[in-house]
Amino acid sequence: MRARVHDPWLRLPAPLRYAIVIVVLLSIWQAYVSFSHVSALLVGSPLDVANQLWTDVANGKIPAATLHTLQTLLTGLLIGALIGFALASLAVFSSVGRDLLAVLTAVLNPLPAIAILPLAIIWFGLSDRSIIFIVTLATIWPVAINTDTGFRTISATTQMVARNLGLRGPRLVVDVLLPAAMPYILTGLKTAWAFGWRTVVAAELVFGVAGSQGGLGWYINTARYYLQTPQIFAGLVVISVLGILVEGLFSAVESRTVVRWGMKR
Amino acid sequence: MTEPVIGEPLVVGAGVAIEYDGFRAVDSADFVVRRGEKFVLIGPSGCGKTTLLKAIAGFLHPTAGSIRLDGVPIGEPGPDRTVVFQDFDQLFAWRTVLDNVVYALGVAKEMRGEAARERARAMLRLVGIEAAGDKYPHQLSGGMKQRGAIARALALEPRILLMDEPFGALDAITRSQLQLDLNAIWRETGVTIVLVTHSIQEAVFLGHHVAVMSTTPARIVETVDTSAAQDMDTPEFLRLSHHLRSLLITPDSAHRSVQTAVE
Repeated sequence: MRARVHDPWLRLPAPLRYAIVIVVLLSIWQAYVSFSHVSALLVGSPLDVANQLWTDVANGKIPAATLHTLQTLLTGLLIGALIGFALASLAVFSSVGRDLLAVLTAVLNPLPAIAILPLAIIWFGLSDRSIIFIVTLATIWPVAINTDTGFRTISATTQMVARNLGLRGPRLVVDVLLPAAMPYILTGLKTAWAFGWRTVVAAELVFGVAGSQGGLGWYINTARYYLQTPQIFAGLVVISVLGILVEGLFSAVESRTVVRWGMKR
Repeated sequence: MTEPVIGEPLVVGAGVAIEYDGFRAVDSADFVVRRGEKFVLIGPSGCGKTTLLKAIAGFLHPTAGSIRLDGVPIGEPGPDRTVVFQDFDQLFAWRTVLDNVVYALGVAKEMRGEAARERARAMLRLVGIEAAGDKYPHQLSGGMKQRGAIARALALEPRILLMDEPFGALDAITRSQLQLDLNAIWRETGVTIVLVTHSIQEAVFLGHHVAVMSTTPARIVETVDTSAAQDMDTPEFLRLSHHLRSLLITPDSAHRSVQTAVE
């Protein structure tokens, strides 16, 4: 490993370093499209993509699609997380709940949620409810498993202090178990977000094929239908940027909770 | 300052045996803790002294015999018997030191708002960490964390304060300071204390009575009156330390256990 002080690259501030890397990568991409005479139907140049992004943000297509996707995702995530918390809490307080969680996670966790979509369409039709259903299924298990692990790793001392104060039931869960297990819960929510995100976009692509409207997946699929390659790239860029923003949101939550509490550096 | 008056029996254990996982951790222990005294349980590691303390707290229940507080058998854990543990993680990490005390007052005494904050601040003042009230526990040294735990435990005005090797994980200097300060806190509050330790010096220095526990069978061998030896530089202190040592450490114990194995 190179010593930090002798590395001129590391003397630059981090945002500048990342900006340089991004600009270089985009330049290589632009150069490839400009000089290789690759068909514009196969690869859009960064400038074309930026143009398309600007147009579709201005005309409201991208904001509407993004809002639609986020609404579906957040609804499913909220339901999934609540069920996940409930299952983990049940597993802490009763041995039956513990076995229930073990069996359910063993059977359902390995199933990619998107594989349930055909069944969901039979049950709920080509509606957002189908997507919310499979997003819920995708998010329950990461939340439940991580929360359960978090609850089980709470130190014996912390548990005895809580009992000593006379805490029990819902108040014990909310006031002590949740904050004490917060590092695991945040990991669970982060994983749930990633699973849910993949699931919702994949499902919207399928719905796009089926002719139902809405969402970023649908936006991308429509672009493919009309061979609007820059638009496909624009959709991908939006998905990527949203991912980065959410990562930042999680970092902000962490620095206000588990980092401040000394549970995570 | 006048010494608190040590009164009638508060906690009485009679023929206490405690088993868990098929293992007899305590075997027919008899003891009396008087109101207002500092009662020390001393013994080698694994002799069941922490088990006995947990039974007084209500975390464990005797399989035989009884432990009574003011004549009433001990039930579930409660804020009338607050425990200070050895671990540094006993303050809730997600609350500031002051909030830890305020929260405990809210849960256990229905005390909220400015009244609770006022009481919490007074408790932090008593243990000497008033300035650290707004800090989170991870920002404190080990000794300050233990002071915070003592403040929280005392804020609830327990009938008895239970301490499980509270200074066991501290460095020697901090430990001596906290021993001194615990004596001062006791003089100010007059609280009854049961303290578990494996330090002979700590036992004689802090305790009015020291109950000496043996390993297998884990029982109380002798309860020594150490109330006359609170000054470390007196011959009495030395004499009692030697006496405790002789009860705890047998010169030929290795030899004896070999013999038992042969028999």
